[in-house]
Amino acid sequence: MNAQNVDAPSAYFLAEVSNEIETHTLSLLVDNEPGVLARVIGLFSGRGYNIDSLTVSETEHEKHLSRITIVTTGTPMIIEQIRHQLDRLVPVHRVTDLTVRARRANQDKPLERELALVKVTGTGEKRLEALRLGDAFRATVIDATTEHFVFEITGRTSKIEQFITIMKPLGLVEVSRTGVAALQRGPEGL
Amino acid sequence: MPPGGQNNDHESQGLTPQADECKDETKMTREMTGAEMVIQALKDQGVDTIFGYPGGAVLPIYDEIIQQEGLEHILVRHEQGAGHAAEGYARSTGKPGVALVTSGPGATNMVTALTDAMLDSIPLVCISGQVPTHLIGNDAFQECDTVGITRPCTKHNWLVRDVDDLARVLHEAFYVATSGRPGPVVVDIPKDVQFATGTYQGPTPNPAAAHKSYRPQIKGDAASIRMAAEMMAAAKKPVLYTGGGVINSGPQACQLLRELVSLTGFPITSTLMGLGAYPASGDNWLGMLGMHGTYEANMTMHDCDLMVCIGARFDDRITGRTDAFSPGSRKIHIDIDPSSINKTINVDLPIIGDVAHVLEDLVRIWRSSSMKPDAAALKDWWKEIDQWRARNSLAYKPNNDVIMPQYAIQRLYDLTKHRKTFISTEVGQHQMWAAQFYGFEEPNHWLTSGGLGTMGYGLPAAIGAQVAHRDALCVDIAGDASILMNIQEMSTAVQFGLPVKVFILNNQYMGMVRQWQQLLHGNRLSHSYTESLPDFVKLAEAYGGVGFRVEKPGDLDGAIEEMIAVDKPVLFDCRVANLTNCFPMIPSGKAHNEMLLPDEANDEAVANAISAEGKSLV
Repeated sequence: MNAQNVDAPSAYFLAEVSNEIETHTLSLLVDNEPGVLARVIGLFSGRGYNIDSLTVSETEHEKHLSRITIVTTGTPMIIEQIRHQLDRLVPVHRVTDLTVRARRANQDKPLERELALVKVTGTGEKRLEALRLGDAFRATVIDATTEHFVFEITGRTSKIEQFITIMKPLGLVEVSRTGVAALQRGPEGL
Repeated sequence: MPPGGQNNDHESQGLTPQADECKDETKMTREMTGAEMVIQALKDQGVDTIFGYPGGAVLPIYDEIIQQEGLEHILVRHEQGAGHAAEGYARSTGKPGVALVTSGPGATNMVTALTDAMLDSIPLVCISGQVPTHLIGNDAFQECDTVGITRPCTKHNWLVRDVDDLARVLHEAFYVATSGRPGPVVVDIPKDVQFATGTYQGPTPNPAAAHKSYRPQIKGDAASIRMAAEMMAAAKKPVLYTGGGVINSGPQACQLLRELVSLTGFPITSTLMGLGAYPASGDNWLGMLGMHGTYEANMTMHDCDLMVCIGARFDDRITGRTDAFSPGSRKIHIDIDPSSINKTINVDLPIIGDVAHVLEDLVRIWRSSSMKPDAAALKDWWKEIDQWRARNSLAYKPNNDVIMPQYAIQRLYDLTKHRKTFISTEVGQHQMWAAQFYGFEEPNHWLTSGGLGTMGYGLPAAIGAQVAHRDALCVDIAGDASILMNIQEMSTAVQFGLPVKVFILNNQYMGMVRQWQQLLHGNRLSHSYTESLPDFVKLAEAYGGVGFRVEKPGDLDGAIEEMIAVDKPVLFDCRVANLTNCFPMIPSGKAHNEMLLPDEANDEAVANAISAEGKSLV
């Protein structure tokens, strides 16, 4: 928990309380030490919060800092709770709700990208169709035999979902996805 | 922690006495073994007492304990006892409690006490031994994943694999346990690290500034505090709702709270954990609120137009039905933990900061702006409150033949109130009666397991308080069922000459369980009657203490006087009316203004008190 992380409490900041379920992308800067991911995940499971996507990697090697990107769903009140609960963890340096940041800047969403590897088998017309669609989605073929392709595709979650759905009737075998990586738009960092 | 107290203050940046000592360079860094570092770090943190139990994986630390002076070790009889004793020590002194346990079962036995400290925000530093690093993960003898098991029940924990990290981690552990919202921490030390030699470093003078990520906000936002003052001045039906956070913030916070009450004339109520922050004899005191709170406290909360929540967290025992909780009020919430804000109840004005710091600013703004409460409105408000008070919701039918449990607490209070007395409790009906009928005038004199509701808390907690206050009277108000959960600690009390008094309200039932079975389950008393209780008098004697048994109200005063006079641990078997229920009560699923009052609680009302939805709640 870091004092700077606490939003300056303005009166009536929850004036528009909504009970709608929303999807938010949170970005955490944490010490890359043993157990830190378990603390974050344990908090979600222990308190019954949702994780839609989770991405983790060390991003500043010399400072041993990792960045965790979590996509979660809940009412605004629950998402606010999640943010504060995460901020309470000792090795967490900073928690930012990128979705809220984007809204404040009058943007639709933060920058979010996901990478997926998609394996498709098939012959004949289906195979050609898969290749054509891969092209249309700007997916790259990174492995192939006469019976299969592995596509590498990058994009927003919705694009990847769409690509996978389309590939289903064309011989989809399996998918591996990285989960969402996200940054806020504009020149500023966290 | 008090402002200017240990490790906590951004503002004064005052060096703690311990830190001063460490200016001595030879102390700052020196070569020693991991086990020596543990002792040195505890001493440098100002620790004088630890509670523990030895075992294979902490033998090197125990070997250092016996070769030193200045650090007293209290040998408990079960590790859970060590944890609760450390909690009692911490709660009664305002300093962190320290426990030392071995690996495996030693650590798992600590889990209840850690969770208890977590929920009640008690600063606790637990040092546990671990199997040597090369055996970790091998299912070695007495191995368990201590950091994994204790992760959700501590504020933070560490497994120290390198002796050169040990001193830093130990000091950090004290900083984390005591700063911000206090809580328990665990430092797990493998046996080879205890034997290894490394460089010891003393505590950093200003750990808050030095810590890389944990820096809680201490000062409240000035504009919000001013707005709070303005809202208070404009309020027509205000109430102050205070909690354990005031006590955690330190004696100065309690002083400022009292000042605020006298400046504003507002009515004040408190949670179970906050009793004593404002004196029970104070004119503005409404009594405890919540499930077994007074009628006046709950009605005031329900009908108020401004609620000022200070260091409390809208717990479910307090709010009752949340959708009917104080519907007409605006709410101000002062709390050091941002995650307490808007967790269950939405508030209008949150102020994040330490209670003492925020109240200091609030009182200053109130005075310097010559603010005045709305006296006319307040007069009407008090008139309303006085009508609720006149309802006399704690009334019970006196009895000349059988001791009523409420009467027993009242007599205990009358006969001990002129002394320096610390009261701990177990969990159940006796706990609620103690909270209702024992008047607490000062903070840190009331030790109870509020959040977790741990039966077996009271006796070790009383031992912890007695160790810290040798000349005080330490009484554990207990139930006949709860006391058996950590009865072995009588042996600890006898060994260390700690004359704790266990005042057992013996009704032969798990009273609160029986009451809920009556309320919820058609009075089918499934396993809530203890058919064979020990003879508590003989039990006391077997441990080397003194036993009393009292069955008649007329004998009570004399026996209590005798109990106080005895300079040994006492089990006082007070036989009370068996089937008394604890009232008033907000039944599960009901709102503050739907209390079940003692004079209305006939069998039919009790049987129908809880609706179908309420039955699934706890």
